[in-house]
Amino acid sequence: MSIKTYAVAIRDVIDQEMAKDSRVFVMGEDIAEQGGIFGCTRGLLDKYGKERIKNTPISEAGIVGLGVGAACAGMRPIVELMYMDFTFCAMDQIINQAAKTRYIFGGHGTVPLVIRGQQGVGRGNAATHSQSLEAIFMHFPGLKVAMPSTPAEAAGLLRTAIRDNNPVMFFEHKALYATKGEVPDDPEFAIPFGKADIKREGKDVTIVGTHLYVGKALQAAEILAKEGISCEVIDPRTIVPFDTETVVNSVKKTGRLVTVHEATKTLGFGTEVVAQVVEEAFPYLDAAPVRLGAKQCPLPFNLTLENAVVPQVEDIVAAVKKTLYL
Amino acid sequence: MEKERMVWIYKTMNQIRKFEEEALRLFESNKLRGSVHLYIGEEAIASTICSNLSDEDYIASTHRGHGHCIAKGARLDLAMAELMGKATGYCKGRGGSMHIADLSKGNLGANAIVGGGIPIATGGALAIKLSGKKNVAVAFFGDGASNEGTFHEALNMAAIWKLPVIFVCENNGYGLTMPVKESTSVSDIAERGAGYNIPGVVVDGNDVFAIDEAFRAAQERALAGEGPSLIECKTYRWMGHWTGDPQVYRTREEVASWMEKCPIKRFRQYLLENEILTEAELTEIEEATAKEAAEASEFAINSPEPDPAHVMDDVFAD
Repeated sequence: MSIKTYAVAIRDVIDQEMAKDSRVFVMGEDIAEQGGIFGCTRGLLDKYGKERIKNTPISEAGIVGLGVGAACAGMRPIVELMYMDFTFCAMDQIINQAAKTRYIFGGHGTVPLVIRGQQGVGRGNAATHSQSLEAIFMHFPGLKVAMPSTPAEAAGLLRTAIRDNNPVMFFEHKALYATKGEVPDDPEFAIPFGKADIKREGKDVTIVGTHLYVGKALQAAEILAKEGISCEVIDPRTIVPFDTETVVNSVKKTGRLVTVHEATKTLGFGTEVVAQVVEEAFPYLDAAPVRLGAKQCPLPFNLTLENAVVPQVEDIVAAVKKTLYL
Repeated sequence: MEKERMVWIYKTMNQIRKFEEEALRLFESNKLRGSVHLYIGEEAIASTICSNLSDEDYIASTHRGHGHCIAKGARLDLAMAELMGKATGYCKGRGGSMHIADLSKGNLGANAIVGGGIPIATGGALAIKLSGKKNVAVAFFGDGASNEGTFHEALNMAAIWKLPVIFVCENNGYGLTMPVKESTSVSDIAERGAGYNIPGVVVDGNDVFAIDEAFRAAQERALAGEGPSLIECKTYRWMGHWTGDPQVYRTREEVASWMEKCPIKRFRQYLLENEILTEAELTEIEEATAKEAAEASEFAINSPEPDPAHVMDDVFAD
């Protein structure tokens, strides 16, 4: 085990996979000398050269499109988007091309493409650079969607993503890059997709959180524990594929569900979780599930205003109590 | 041009023409549904260019893609079965007219989104360069696609990285109903090459030899590591944008004047006058390709429907 930041964990996996497989290369804006604005490719230019650590012009549709073409032609590209908000500039290539290619071509060919980048609040980047967009990509068939919440998960899920034969949307969180944690040194360490992780076991209420909200859910669980309320906190880690079973089994035990994420509540991932749980475990529910997510409002620049839009730890505490009729 | 290649081009042009005529016949007799965009009148471009390519060279095609796919080695029967949505089609009936692909032949796919295939072909060229191969990629697209952002982004990236890609614009005069002169800021789309510091040439898209000369120069440049080129082939689609287009935007006289410039008739004339093929040999090719296209229709008609039990297969690869 080594203690690494989330950003370094990502960089080290890219490094190891590039060393192992000459088909793996990275392209993106400012990833070469700069090493990416969050440092996720720092030092790799010197090691692999500018053909495999490829700085691109600011042309997101082009970058993703070249990635799709290179993947169809046998490479395993990692495309870094500086902000996942910029996926909107490349949406046709992601949704109409990458996601659909294999299916509409009758299962011929594969698109082993990783599109990775960061999202979320935390740096005062305002409405067009702070969004949480994972649910959009869950909506369209053909894409896998990963959302690591710790350095070890960033490492293990990214290795799986790079080795996967499908397009993977790999969502990092800007506020997690500097967080530290233990990461296995094993260069084969990989976390399978579709396996949720129970971050804290409990018996009274199930909380499903993603990204930053895994940590915030754990904080809420700690506060609630002092009041004698036992929360089970689940991190799905990938939302496509989504480990319905782990969540449903937890709700069968607790009878109560709270979902929480930074993305807007309306049609957010939590909405899907609640729907699936209601379909699968309705008789086990002792209270209506509660969804927490951002208000249906563009993210404002001012920190006080931003905090007023996204859920806070006390909102999670209140939501858990609501399911307990407290 | 060597005789063998001329014969191949003539045969391919005829395969495409006969295939398209069969597709139209099936569409008009309600045996075939969906959006079908015919390549009739433009056959010289795909046939000539693909006569210079191997299975290791890539192409990406368009919504008007039957011609490119056939010229890149697609079988007529499997292609027609795909147009009819049959289980035996190239894509098991999931893609239809606008999504025929055969990666084993270097065809990265027809593409229903205007401009969608341009960066994908460029990505094919990037893969060629990164893996150190001596091949090229060809992006086929229409005049309309030259107004999409992907065209400009891909040309710029291909130019700065000197990628072995040839951008082939098939300017058939209209983006759906809008005439090029109204939709496009330049009179020749080839001029847009200058904006990316790459060669841009205009050729008669109905002239096999003009296309061949321009393409071979571009291919040589690409293989020498000097980067991409833009070739604008001026041509015309005889049929509407799609089968069923009322064609209110153009006159019968204009269509008739272009039918006079039929690329197949013109190449036939050349082959005959220069004693490359005899009348009997030409007729034999025409009859053989007509038979092949008719048999493709029969194959497609008699093929089974896909089984809905497999509708969810292949959303993801293992």
